[in-house]
Amino acid sequence: MSTLILLIATGLGLGGLYFLVASGLSLIYGLMGVLNFAHGSFLTLGAFVGLAAGNLVGAGTWGGLLLGLVVGALTGAAAATVTELGLIRPLYNRHIEQVLVTVGLSLATVALFEGIWGPNPRNVTRPGWLASTTDVLGAHVPNTAFLNVLAGAAVLCGIVAFLRYTRYGLIIRAGVENRAMVTALGIDVRRAFTLVFAVGGAAAGLGGVLATQSLNYVSPHMGASLLIFAFIVTVIGGMGSLTGAAVASVVVAVLQQLANFYLNNTGDLIVVLLLALVLLVRPSGLLGRPA
Amino acid sequence: MSGSNVLEVRGLSARIAGQEVVHDVSFEVPASGVTAVLGRNGVGKTSTLRAILGLVERSGEVLLDGVRVDGERTDRIVRRGVSYVPEDREVFAGLTVAENLRLAERGTTAHGTTPERRGLVDALFPDLVKRAGQRAGTLSGGQQQMVSLARALLNDNRILLVDEPTKGLAPRIVTEVAETLATAALTVPVLLVEQNLQVVERLAERVVVIDAGRVVHTGPARELLDDPELVQRLLGVSAGGAGDEVSTSSTSEEVEAGR
Repeated sequence: MSTLILLIATGLGLGGLYFLVASGLSLIYGLMGVLNFAHGSFLTLGAFVGLAAGNLVGAGTWGGLLLGLVVGALTGAAAATVTELGLIRPLYNRHIEQVLVTVGLSLATVALFEGIWGPNPRNVTRPGWLASTTDVLGAHVPNTAFLNVLAGAAVLCGIVAFLRYTRYGLIIRAGVENRAMVTALGIDVRRAFTLVFAVGGAAAGLGGVLATQSLNYVSPHMGASLLIFAFIVTVIGGMGSLTGAAVASVVVAVLQQLANFYLNNTGDLIVVLLLALVLLVRPSGLLGRPA
Repeated sequence: MSGSNVLEVRGLSARIAGQEVVHDVSFEVPASGVTAVLGRNGVGKTSTLRAILGLVERSGEVLLDGVRVDGERTDRIVRRGVSYVPEDREVFAGLTVAENLRLAERGTTAHGTTPERRGLVDALFPDLVKRAGQRAGTLSGGQQQMVSLARALLNDNRILLVDEPTKGLAPRIVTEVAETLATAALTVPVLLVEQNLQVVERLAERVVVIDAGRVVHTGPARELLDDPELVQRLLGVSAGGAGDEVSTSSTSEEVEAGR
């Protein structure tokens, strides 16, 4: 029983991380139709810069972690904004070129990060509480899982509130439905594009710093590995559906943990099979709009 | 010339998926009343409207109040006071009626939303006030058309571009839409694409007839509608068929729909 609780709890924590990356991917695809393969780079950059900023205050302190989270989110937002303005905007409505540019950027940035910070993972120093566990019905649940769930839920609530209660949120929701008609109402939808990229980048940067606390290291490759599962989550949840991404993040991560434990480390395989099943049975994803 | 015209279109061509569907179209829209764009199905009427707004690839000149706007983005042209009621309404189905309208509000800038316009919309569409919290996707076709018209009328525009507002609607709703447009036309000039000749007869003072992507006739509406032979030749309906819808031919709209 305690093993099952542990697997579910760690799965929920991992799901929180997946959601932080997938939320941006889903919003960006939903509004702009852009598959952003560079999204993992926002995460990695946010992690490195956020940790560096946190270390200035004190490695392994709550103050340092808090500053790291803020700086990581801001770094991710800034990187995403620059990417959108410099690379995506000149290629509007040229989706193949946009994909190629983001793939190229993801490869180039990993090489750049390796050049700056070295190719090997670096250990991070965590606040004492995050390095320990909490007993839940006999299961020793890593405290990072609670933090990740909290962060994922906070970002979900924040984005939902933004979409529901702000004018830009209204523009984004309308743009996901019919971008041309939003323009025909006299709205410069490009600003919404940039904003969505920035929000997605901020969530990814936040996720990057949080991922270092769970993994206990930071690496130039961490964004790429998380991005693969975030893409799977985005497709299973339904491209463009934020709620779908949240649900799929939890389903995928918990399933992955359970399969890794009970089915001889086959978590990744099971997730890919789930992706195939969803694509066959419900190609628009769990909560996506039918094509 | 531009002093009495709100909109001038000169040598406008439009391309969809690389195929030219509107060829060298020129006409003017006076600063008051309704100008109807007529023609068989698929001759390029919708594409002409969309080309004016820059929603499709285009060349040629579009002048609003004598100022060229053809080099501008769609949203800038619209903010100059051009509102668009698209074919098939294109309301945002997932948003409520109130949200659809709020999205269309342009604030208090030039050609923006004024208390007078808001009052006009509330007076013209009392049903929408009652349905403010209802998702637009759950409305009937006629109600969705009202949302689409209300969006366009909220702002202090220089001109309305209205594309087949009565398409697919029940006769009673067609009458309501025509009445609404007649009231709207008292406050703003309208360029109206319409298939229903009864509606054209009711509303339009001038007509522009398009065939195979080219303008083949312009002039007073009465002059065309009173000439059965001309109506038959240009629109493919009989003279007594003022209530008929004009007939079908080949299709720039179909090209567009198939994009």
